Amino acid sequence: MSEPLLLDSHVQGGQLTISVNGSWTGERASELDALSSRPIPAEGAVTQVDIDLRGLERLDMLGAWLLERMSRRLARDGREARFVGLPQHYRKLFDEVRGVNRTVKPVPQRKLPLTAQFERLGRSTVSFWASLVSLLSIFGRVAVSLGRALARPSSFRLTSCIHHLYRVGWQAIPIVLLITFLIGAIIAQQGFFHFRKFGADSYVVDMVGILVLREIGVLIVAIMVAGRSGSAYTAEIGSMKMREEIDALRTMGFDPIDVLVLPRVIALILAVPVLVFFGSMAALYGGGLVAWLYGGMSPEIFIARLREAISVTHFEVGMIKAPFMALAIGLVACSEGLDVRGSAESLGAHTTQSVVKAIFLVIVFDGVFAVFFASIGM
Amino acid sequence: METQGAAPKAVPKTALAIEVRDIVIGFGEQIVIDHLSLGVRSGEILGLVGASGGGKSVLLRSMIGLIPKREGRVEILGVDLDRSSEDAARAIERRCGILFQSGALFSSLTLRENIAFPLRENLGVSEALIEEIANAKLEIVGLDADDGDKFPAELSGGMVKRAALARALSLDPEILFLDEPTSGLDPISASAFDALIKALQETLGLTVFMATHDLDSLNAVCDRIAALDEGKIVALGPMATMLASDNPWVRAYFGGSRARTPALALEKEK
Repeated sequence: MSEPLLLDSHVQGGQLTISVNGSWTGERASELDALSSRPIPAEGAVTQVDIDLRGLERLDMLGAWLLERMSRRLARDGREARFVGLPQHYRKLFDEVRGVNRTVKPVPQRKLPLTAQFERLGRSTVSFWASLVSLLSIFGRVAVSLGRALARPSSFRLTSCIHHLYRVGWQAIPIVLLITFLIGAIIAQQGFFHFRKFGADSYVVDMVGILVLREIGVLIVAIMVAGRSGSAYTAEIGSMKMREEIDALRTMGFDPIDVLVLPRVIALILAVPVLVFFGSMAALYGGGLVAWLYGGMSPEIFIARLREAISVTHFEVGMIKAPFMALAIGLVACSEGLDVRGSAESLGAHTTQSVVKAIFLVIVFDGVFAVFFASIGM
Repeated sequence: METQGAAPKAVPKTALAIEVRDIVIGFGEQIVIDHLSLGVRSGEILGLVGASGGGKSVLLRSMIGLIPKREGRVEILGVDLDRSSEDAARAIERRCGILFQSGALFSSLTLRENIAFPLRENLGVSEALIEEIANAKLEIVGLDADDGDKFPAELSGGMVKRAALARALSLDPEILFLDEPTSGLDPISASAFDALIKALQETLGLTVFMATHDLDSLNAVCDRIAALDEGKIVALGPMATMLASDNPWVRAYFGGSRARTPALALEKEK
């Protein structure tokens, strides 16, 4: 062997000497870790252990800690460890390492799995209520802010509102048109495929018309807006919150609800009905196109049939729902954004939450409206 | 156990830990660093001063390879990161610790996890040892091992700096790059941080390259100072050289009212 072992021990006259050689640095961390935690031979009644460092070439904090840990282990076994031949320039490093990891951390109490389950359930129930309350609170604050804006129209941030209207309305039009067009076409295709079996082809038009105008148009658009614009709102407000921009606004005497939330919510309330209108038209167009190309129903017949099947009421039912869904999406998105805490993970979690909650609320609203419209006979 | 096979080759012994030769850095039309050369000796603390927006951070970032250079080369521990293999470059990067201006701690990890992260990726040692080392790093930068469970967002500015320093030191680097280490700290915390850097540098035998504005830091810890003006190093040497410099920018910087203390201290020593 040309090179001495990194760690070697020999007993001479009741004295155990552990010699440490070579470089004890992070490059060989795993090897050193294994070496230094190997049991140390306890021959005879050796109580005095010398750790001989004369062969040490290089040392860093990792190595110093491993040696220190070894000496502490010896001390725990009731053997006294002594460092000999410590190179002068590593003395400070050793002194530093002597002091670390002295406080023993109490082992956290393990909970029973069942208790932990109950705790989780309890926590999630509480947080569900808390999020409901925070949603209601932001609703109230937006209402107050709207009141202020109505009382003093000059305080309303029109520029910001129009900017957001452009982003959530105008820029969303192509994708909304495309998706609703495809959905309308798919509904019509499925209708023709199945209705044809019992010769009810012409009722496909009724189905497409009523479904699109009452339900599908507004639902698809609301879900897309929640995913596209709601998540953007949460991420924007959340990252502003992380960078203390919201606090900065507050210290300048601005209410973040006035400056950030109200223009965004108003923009959504204005944009979503427009998107629903265009989306519904695109879906009807898609349905008509499929009726012509796949169902063999000429456009004239499709339009005539549509005129008979649907009334303005169906259209109204769809359109009335749109601004309420927009309000729900906007409030959820902004309240999640304002709840973001310091970390990047929190931003991600709240953005996810924002989309999930908004879609959930949209569907709940849709159900409530269905009951409501049924009972008033619309 | 026989280990010679795995032993890494010793570093070629150079007196310079970092050598910057004739580098040019620019963005678009603008030239930020113009044919600059600078050597950082091993084991020294070199302070880089320059006007705000004068390219200090750009120089530092390009030295560690975050910003591409137009011309010239940077050798760290004798290796040119741009012209060496991926593995060799990674190996050198592991021997450098960087303290970013705002800490750049991972916000979704606790402090202990922040420090443990590079250890876990690079060392391949047991989880218990990783935790011990992470605690040791926290303690040597003056934090409590209990602070290790906190998230970066829960810390004060001074604690963030210390924690970021602990992370920079996690792999026992030989070279430490500090970008404005004392910015945003009060004078007492700043001088405590200076003392910490000095103590760690002596204890661990580090080479430290720091971009700073803090005249007290420069005076207290730096062995040499490099003054950057208009993309070039206009003065290089200890504080006395700075005070004796003819360059108008250096004169203004070190001769201003905020620089009186070092100047007076130097007078007294004479």
